[in-house]
Amino acid sequence: MNIIVENLTKQYGPQKAVDDISFKVNTGEILGFLGPNGAGKTTTMKIITCFMAPTSGDVKVNDVSIHSNQEEIKKRIGYLPENNPLYYDMPVLEYLSFVGQLQGIEKSKIQNKIVEMVHVCGLNDEKHKKIGELSKGYRQRVGLAQAMIHDPEILILDEPTTGLDPNQIIEIRKLIRHLGKEKTVILSTHILPEVEATCDRILIINKGKIVADGTSETLRKQAQGNEMLKIEIRDYQNKDQVISDLQRIETIQMVDPSSDPNGIFMLQSKPGASSRRDIFNLCMQKNWFLAEMTPIETKLEDIFRELTTE
Amino acid sequence: MRKIWIIALRELRSFFDSLTAYILVVVFLGLSGFFTWLSGSDIFLIGQASLQPFFSVAYWTLFFFTPALTMRMLAEENKSGTIELLLTKAVSDWDVILGKFLACLMLIGVALLLTLPYYISVWAMGPIDHGAVWCGYLGLILMSMSFIGIGLFASSITSNQIVAFLLSLFIGVFFLIIFNVLASGLTGFLGQLLSYLSLSTHFDSISRGVVDSRDVIFFLSVTVLGLILAEASLSKRNIAE
Repeated sequence: MNIIVENLTKQYGPQKAVDDISFKVNTGEILGFLGPNGAGKTTTMKIITCFMAPTSGDVKVNDVSIHSNQEEIKKRIGYLPENNPLYYDMPVLEYLSFVGQLQGIEKSKIQNKIVEMVHVCGLNDEKHKKIGELSKGYRQRVGLAQAMIHDPEILILDEPTTGLDPNQIIEIRKLIRHLGKEKTVILSTHILPEVEATCDRILIINKGKIVADGTSETLRKQAQGNEMLKIEIRDYQNKDQVISDLQRIETIQMVDPSSDPNGIFMLQSKPGASSRRDIFNLCMQKNWFLAEMTPIETKLEDIFRELTTE
Repeated sequence: MRKIWIIALRELRSFFDSLTAYILVVVFLGLSGFFTWLSGSDIFLIGQASLQPFFSVAYWTLFFFTPALTMRMLAEENKSGTIELLLTKAVSDWDVILGKFLACLMLIGVALLLTLPYYISVWAMGPIDHGAVWCGYLGLILMSMSFIGIGLFASSITSNQIVAFLLSLFIGVFFLIIFNVLASGLTGFLGQLLSYLSLSTHFDSISRGVVDSRDVIFFLSVTVLGLILAEASLSKRNIAE
């Protein structure tokens, strides 16, 4: 089950919520959709789930276009909308059975499916309550249960972990990871660690356009460029001497002299080179004690901020 | 077809869960019963074994009763966002509209079914024109269908239930009274047109026991028009601005 999005544009009045975006999601891939508020994540999801028609462009789910057979697509998609709207006056079990029937599950299998979903989403203690009586976390679980009840090949989750406590968040992430082995999952979030924890691939969009696409490692590499190191040296006599010795190493481009007195230095290597071994050898030679050497990674937060602000 | 039925059953169930159904049925039976049997100008005053007084009361009660049923149908879904949940399931916009239409019609059907004892009582009292009675019921059902169509349309264009209720009453009043009043002051084509558009003309002729295809077509057209407009307003989310 792959999803192909082609030149998708959605216009609200003069504003383009989604501006000519194209991407592809393969079977068994978990795609994280990142972007600031109002970037077009939710709109894209609404179009893929056939709730809204695009202004132009096309989405193909397993080669079925949203312009040709919407019901066929809807049947294969499990969708958890933003803000998780639910019928608050319905009991959990009744609601799940309603959704199951709508999604075309056979009568004989519905009961088993409901039991399974109640178990998977941890709803056993609350299953007889009305949805309106549940806490936010449990409502979120009901939202997930209704999205997955018909065993869809594609899951589209718009901010699935909002309102959950840390334990539940970890559980839900584990669940998504588990499901992602066989299913195609698109999930949107603005919690960055969540994307790193669950997604195979990250798509960052801003103002309706895709600004980055790749795994978290490739994104990091792109953004990082040169190697950055933080080292701490002890047992030296003269600080300036250390700096000039470090600068003499061929692979080092720059030493930040503004290091504080307890021997911490920030270094930047030349493009494509690593200076870690040379630093170690230098310390050995000079009998310095190398207390710390840490490569500084560009955090996803930094990449995100860089790409989505001007 | 099965999807329509599933949606209709859910709606019907939610009527009964939320007491709406009980309150409206009781009020409907109470009002129509009072005016049929107890008020001054009731069956006993007329002195004929006829359900005519009941039909003219039911005519008015249903006018208020139906918008109260339809007002939450789509307005609430628009407000809470559940419409998105519903429409991203494997159903079409028409399944949703028709399911909701069917649910309202079924509840009104239940209310009308519960007035059958009136029919039986009157029948026991004297010779009754069975044809006229069944035509009266048919007229009430056709009229309710038109009101449900109008009500669903009103409910589809807003996310506020009160607005939906008032709007469907407002549209209803035109069909019930205003067209009729205007028609009586006008002659020629316009007068004829307005008189044709007046719902009361058609209802009167059916409840007298004359089923004319023109009347039936009138009620069905109003219903279908209401539903088409409701569907259009549901699917206007698809229209690129």
